Amino acid sequence: MKRSIQFNLNGKTQILTVEESRKLLWVIRSDLGLTGCKYGCGRGYCGACTVLVNNRTVRSCIYPISFVDGKEVVTIEGLAKNGKLHPLQKAFVDHDASQCGYCSPGMILTAYTLLLNNKRPSYDEIIHHMDKNLCRCGSHTRIVRAIQAAAREMNTGELR
Amino acid sequence: MKENNGKNIMELDFYDSEEFMLKTNRRDFLKIIGGGIVVFFAVEDAAEAQQRGDRRLPEDVNAFLKIGEDGRVACTTGKIEMGQGIITSLAQMLADELDVSLDSVDMIMGDTDLCPWDSGTHGSRSIRFFGPPLRAAAAEARSILLEMAAEHLKISRDRLKTQNGVVYDAANDQTKVTYAQLTKGKKIVKRLDQTAVQKTASQFKIIGTPQRKTNAEELVTGKGKFAGDIQFPGMLYARILRPPSHLAILKSVDVSAAEKMEGVRVLREDDFIAVLAGSPDRADAALREIKAEYGAPDANLDDENIFDHLLKNASGGNPSDQGGDLAEGEKNSAEIIEKTYLNSYVAHAPLEPHVTTVCVEGDRITFWSSTQSPFRLKDAVVDILNAPADQVRVITPYVGSGFGGKRSRNAIEAAKILKLAGKSVSSFQLAGTREEEFFYDTFRPAAIVKIRAGINDKGRISFWDYGVYYAGQRGANQFYDIPHHKTAVYGRGDAHPFDTGAWRAPANNTNTFARESHIDLLASAAGIDPLEFRFMNLKDERMIRVLKAAADQFNWTPAKSPSGRGYGISLGIDSGTYVAHMAEVKVDKESGEVQVVRVVCAQDMGLSINPEGARMQIEGCITMGLGYALTEEIHFRNGEIFDLNFNSYEIPRFSWLPKIETVIIDDKDAPAQGGGEPAIICMGAVISNAIYDATGARVLQLPMTPERIQKTMSL
Repeated sequence: MKRSIQFNLNGKTQILTVEESRKLLWVIRSDLGLTGCKYGCGRGYCGACTVLVNNRTVRSCIYPISFVDGKEVVTIEGLAKNGKLHPLQKAFVDHDASQCGYCSPGMILTAYTLLLNNKRPSYDEIIHHMDKNLCRCGSHTRIVRAIQAAAREMNTGELR
Repeated sequence: MKENNGKNIMELDFYDSEEFMLKTNRRDFLKIIGGGIVVFFAVEDAAEAQQRGDRRLPEDVNAFLKIGEDGRVACTTGKIEMGQGIITSLAQMLADELDVSLDSVDMIMGDTDLCPWDSGTHGSRSIRFFGPPLRAAAAEARSILLEMAAEHLKISRDRLKTQNGVVYDAANDQTKVTYAQLTKGKKIVKRLDQTAVQKTASQFKIIGTPQRKTNAEELVTGKGKFAGDIQFPGMLYARILRPPSHLAILKSVDVSAAEKMEGVRVLREDDFIAVLAGSPDRADAALREIKAEYGAPDANLDDENIFDHLLKNASGGNPSDQGGDLAEGEKNSAEIIEKTYLNSYVAHAPLEPHVTTVCVEGDRITFWSSTQSPFRLKDAVVDILNAPADQVRVITPYVGSGFGGKRSRNAIEAAKILKLAGKSVSSFQLAGTREEEFFYDTFRPAAIVKIRAGINDKGRISFWDYGVYYAGQRGANQFYDIPHHKTAVYGRGDAHPFDTGAWRAPANNTNTFARESHIDLLASAAGIDPLEFRFMNLKDERMIRVLKAAADQFNWTPAKSPSGRGYGISLGIDSGTYVAHMAEVKVDKESGEVQVVRVVCAQDMGLSINPEGARMQIEGCITMGLGYALTEEIHFRNGEIFDLNFNSYEIPRFSWLPKIETVIIDDKDAPAQGGGEPAIICMGAVISNAIYDATGARVLQLPMTPERIQKTMSL
């Protein structure tokens, strides 16, 4: 059934009339033209399509658009502020945490929610939190290092 | 050059360039090149040349670099970037020889309109075969610039030096001219004649220094475009009706319900049935409305009996390498060990499934496609569309990894759709689903290795009789010092129930697993520490050096295996690069579960262009290699593939991560060798040998699943 859905996407209000069962991934990618979130498996197994809904990660390939009504959605395109990379994005660059880069947006947004709730995650906590995001190139060691570096930078920033 | 006659009084010899340019019939080629200095060059790669055949665009040249009037340097190449990092390392080679900063280099890759013909990006060949002529061309360009600067500054050429895109008077830094100033208003086209002097290792400033990926920021912001990210207003999305099995035959189909859906078009030619809709999910919905019935095939192949089937159908067997006399070797043996090693079909499973976006503008058709071979893909598409070659352009944006699996099938299907849809469709995308990606993958072939080998009473290998079936020859020839040996390669071909193909370091994963497992068995039979046993039986100095480096890093202490420690070793050679791995594992003897605790890899790749990029590839190889070693295999029966997504096909994840340590033996004076594949070849054997060292169980089949380990332990 079609219905009107209003939500905030990367700081801007979106009002859409869409089939309510449509998956968020396709609405964001093909209707709204933001292609940072990727299709990887279509069943929520890989995490390439990860976006934030009210600061929680969701797998947008299986997440109905109707669920975002009245909520705030952030995609990778909305993470940098005023042209300045988020510390996680910067750390991914500094630590060469992307090989092909296809999983990177989902990895970064998943790590974002970890650091939101846990300012000093241990190695094991990082591994546990990231474990359901897949990377085929084998960038895992560098992704962990990047998350550790971003956590350090964000904490130092707070202390100032 | 005509444009420059009388204006730019160059003494350089450009006569053949003009003729060369006229011979090329490439559309807009001169326009694309624009002003500046262009150096064309050819890649001296025998395999490449053979595949290139009689292609003429443009002649035997397969790349050029250009110094533009704005001082930016462009390198065009038919190679593509899929995560392996050549976008950075090739630029490093160019920048260093030309004396420009790395960030002034633009790599233009995989565009059939802009780049000269190329066979594809595979086999860890880009740095090895494309790198040297690229460096030579850059040196040539620098030489031309020096000549121009001498004229411009009225200073003798040998008094000049170059740095960061500027030519200086070596005696007075204030007397200078930039490359951009020299290039302004010029149009100089030259073909590389290989006479320009290249830098030696002591002169390198950028080559051999760790560099971050030059495209990293695009990848972390979502700005980097993959083929599926290319969009056009009103673009349609296609899906194709798929059979349940590779053997299934379509008996009947009813597309009427799908045809009635608003905004949906159904296209059909025989068994090829596609839908087009306004969004990917709408196309999915339309596909679900198609009712199809398939015939049940009569066959009985599955992932268990496949090995017998393959052996029965094997052909070939000509020795790829031999020496001495096997019978003589057997006579000299104190002990003979004979084993058969197996590995299952393995999927590429790149995180980005195949995707093609097509746009038609007038008589121009452009395909953006995820492929490792844009020019071959173009040939295939031109063939299907029956279109003039110069009307079709293939562009390869970033590819979401390939590992040998990114091919033309998806684009060929997109071409069929375009042909059926005709002029009514101006743009559409055909994106493969994960299930299609698995179903149509060109799997790493199931393979068998049979080895019979002996040791004498001094712990030397006395003979080596090796036969590999269906994997291929790469990595099959052994490199130990064995007096009597034979290596034979059998049975590639159509015996597989579905397509197979190259998978990261093709054949070498199979061969290295078998060889290094067997070496360990011989060491064990001799009662000698497996490291010591390898040193005793090696003569190749490069291999000895890389093995020593790994042992030092690992801090290996001698012990006969199985020692209970869970330590393993494996050696290998791939793409001109030598690798030595050591690993430590923990095995849960109840469940058979393996945790790889630590992996050390020492790698001798000759000159390492970008040591950081090389480490990234080694880490990637080790991490990815855990999968084929421990879990990855395709289950199937009668052409039906049971593993169609990541729920059952388990690829490595964060919780599997061992501590990874890399040692790069940087041999700056040696030619640069391959880096994208070598470090993956040892992963089967290094883990197998470590499992044996921990448990005494010798697992002979990959992947070494908990069930197979348990079963072996109970023998």
